[in-house]
Amino acid sequence: MAQAAQSLNPSPPLRHGHSVKRHTGLMDWITTVDHKKIAILYLWAGGLFFGIGGLEAILIRIQLIKPMNTFLDAQTFNELITMHGTTMIFLGVMPVIFALMNAVIPLQIGARDVAFPFLNSLGFWTFLFGGILLNLSWIMGGAPDAGWTAYTPLSTIQYSGTHGVDFYTIGLQIAGLGTLIGGINFLATIITMRAPGMSFMRMPMFVWASFITSAIILFAFPAITVGLVLLTFDRILGANFFETSSGGNPVLWQHIFWIFGHPEVYILILPAFGIISEVIPTFARKRLFGYSSMVFATILIAFLGFMVWAHHMFTTGLGPVANALFSVSTMLIAVPTGIKIFNWLFTMWGGQVRFTSPNLFAVGFIPTFTMGGVTGVMLASAPADFQFHDTYFVVAHFHYVIVGGLVSGLFAGLHYWWPKMFGRMLSERLGKWTFWTFIIGFHLTFFVQHFLGLMGMQRRVFTYLPNQQFDLLNLVSTIGAGLMGVGMLIFLTNIFLTSRKPADAADDPWGDGRTLEWTISSPPPEYNFKQTPLVRGLDAFWKEKTSGHTAMTPAEPVGPIHMPSATILPFLMSVGIFIAGFGFMFSRDDFGNAFMSFMFNNYLVTAIGLLITFGSMLVRSLYDDHGWHIEPEELEGR
Amino acid sequence: MTTAHAEAAGTLPHEPEKATLEGRNKVLAFWLFLGGESVLFGTLFATFLALRNQTNEGPSANELFHLPLVAAATFLLLVSSLTSVFAIQAMHRNKPALLRNWLLITVFLGLGFLGLEIYEFSEYIRHEKFGMTTSAFSSAFYTLVGFHGAHVAFGILWISVLIGQLARKGLTVITAPKVYVSAMYWHFIDVVWVFIFTVVYLLGKVG
Repeated sequence: MAQAAQSLNPSPPLRHGHSVKRHTGLMDWITTVDHKKIAILYLWAGGLFFGIGGLEAILIRIQLIKPMNTFLDAQTFNELITMHGTTMIFLGVMPVIFALMNAVIPLQIGARDVAFPFLNSLGFWTFLFGGILLNLSWIMGGAPDAGWTAYTPLSTIQYSGTHGVDFYTIGLQIAGLGTLIGGINFLATIITMRAPGMSFMRMPMFVWASFITSAIILFAFPAITVGLVLLTFDRILGANFFETSSGGNPVLWQHIFWIFGHPEVYILILPAFGIISEVIPTFARKRLFGYSSMVFATILIAFLGFMVWAHHMFTTGLGPVANALFSVSTMLIAVPTGIKIFNWLFTMWGGQVRFTSPNLFAVGFIPTFTMGGVTGVMLASAPADFQFHDTYFVVAHFHYVIVGGLVSGLFAGLHYWWPKMFGRMLSERLGKWTFWTFIIGFHLTFFVQHFLGLMGMQRRVFTYLPNQQFDLLNLVSTIGAGLMGVGMLIFLTNIFLTSRKPADAADDPWGDGRTLEWTISSPPPEYNFKQTPLVRGLDAFWKEKTSGHTAMTPAEPVGPIHMPSATILPFLMSVGIFIAGFGFMFSRDDFGNAFMSFMFNNYLVTAIGLLITFGSMLVRSLYDDHGWHIEPEELEGR
Repeated sequence: MTTAHAEAAGTLPHEPEKATLEGRNKVLAFWLFLGGESVLFGTLFATFLALRNQTNEGPSANELFHLPLVAAATFLLLVSSLTSVFAIQAMHRNKPALLRNWLLITVFLGLGFLGLEIYEFSEYIRHEKFGMTTSAFSSAFYTLVGFHGAHVAFGILWISVLIGQLARKGLTVITAPKVYVSAMYWHFIDVVWVFIFTVVYLLGKVG
């Protein structure tokens, strides 16, 4: 297969059953429905927001470098911490997760695309426009300042009078829509599009992790959709959900937020578990230890993840019974997570471990994430949590699991799959430099924050008084943050230098690929598989290799391949929602301009936006996309 | 595994909505979507249950609701669910004219329901001084019932568009999954209404 795939020219001039318009340049990216291109879009957009969130973090750390610092004022600091958390979670790491899921899942299950290429594109564009809307707050009257959790009553119109929180609610609403669409798409893709022979228990672990993640997205995101609607209605329509004076209940927000928010952290970490479970076996040259226990541990984590949300609210006053129940359910999650940690260790045990840059990140992940898990169990204990609550101990904990865990996992995945996505190997030397600066910087930044928290330093406060033993540890933390920034710069340099090298990555550039994505060229042709492969076991490619084969056995003869048409409608739909969101947000404003006030105050701008969106949906429904075909002669390069 | 394109010209199989991979994907994904919708309405119901007695000296549920009107609306919507079943049966028997007629009846029943709901809301606002801003109860009521009403309105538009498409394109393996999925949607909002009738109206009267 390797030889056959390399003999293919991925972009010969195409002849078609139907006429198909080939876009180039910017229009190609805006109209594409190819999962591999959408993956790259997700990666660049997510990387951009990740950069913004990272700069916000650096500014926060500069402010905290010394006591009574005046680098930032309190309001700016509040806006920065709010936007740092919101941007990183919703617009930084989630899109990069989606980038890897898009790039890898169809290849790993032997499919030619996702189940709904159109929706895939729609999911990306709604995410991007939601993210842009949220970040426009910086130049349109101030960013949200109520923390990434936007607790009421702090986030109500009474205490947060600017449009900042409106940008938060509407921006996240639109971006969340994209995530939900993506989740449904991946669920359907994994259920129906697997190659012949790939039963559920033969799926690569990353596919399993993405499958469970998508299920969590499906059942968690609608909760935040409702929460954001309620907060929007309170702020813009004068509803009373969280207004105590009119009978509302501010704790309701906390419940709704965390019943989404806790599953959300598993949405973030499970894909990282999946990546680690791919990288470690590849570079240990051993099959994953305890594959089926890994699968069931993942399912169990997802299940338990929905019944622990109140551990964020121990100090709210839910009472001892509720606190005890949520303590126990939280601690239970350590069991399946521990299973995973030991499985990774046993996979390496006795393996021929190669410390390539992806594997360095994967191996670094294990102890770092475990430390975050240990502090998680400490925080799960309700009486102790009364001491830890809202201190830097919590900040240290969740950065250990999300940065030390998830971001390490993403780095591992990006270094691992980069040649498959772009056809070029990242520099191993720079990759190792990235790892060492990043991991040392990370531990410098956050290890000391455990102690800052235990000594009583409060999170989300813009400065602190001298002589409380906070000074040195904060200085260390800021130096560490700088080192992490250096690591990121090395990574960007690596990307830049790699992009100037010839695209000559082999089909199986690491030499020990186990799964189907390594059986096709790097990057794959737009139809992925000329012939759908026949899967004979777990680690399908490795199984063929150990049987002495160099290629997969095809499951079908060479035939015409049906492809979906490129379309601009998803982009237009997202533009429509974007306009509608803006219109609704400013519907109560006085613009000092009769025309503008007329347009906004009568919801006309909202109506125009919705018209664009629903009009595009109508066009999509009325005009069937017949797609087009790639004929066998084109596949053979004739 | 034939594509929709290949079968579009042929004769119609027994379950046309599941004849193609695209069709099966659509039905599966719509089940998943309804799972998400269940969480959406579940959260709205939880919010309503938490706030239903917070009337802020405004009208309470017991003073406000007139069960005969709500019962009439319920009757219309439940019957429309039945007619949408008849529509799908007509589709499975490959009778496009019958399918169209049942879909039309479904749309009209939906419009009747929506009319009654709009009348109900306007009565509350004009005569009972019961608006979005009156109390936490009123906010929760309008948001929950209004979300459902918006779903009904969207369903009416959707099925109407499909009636037009059936007239133009006929019943094919491309249009059949669309009709089937819209019927799933219609049943779902019907089920949600059963819960609204119980949790909002009945419980409001007796609870």
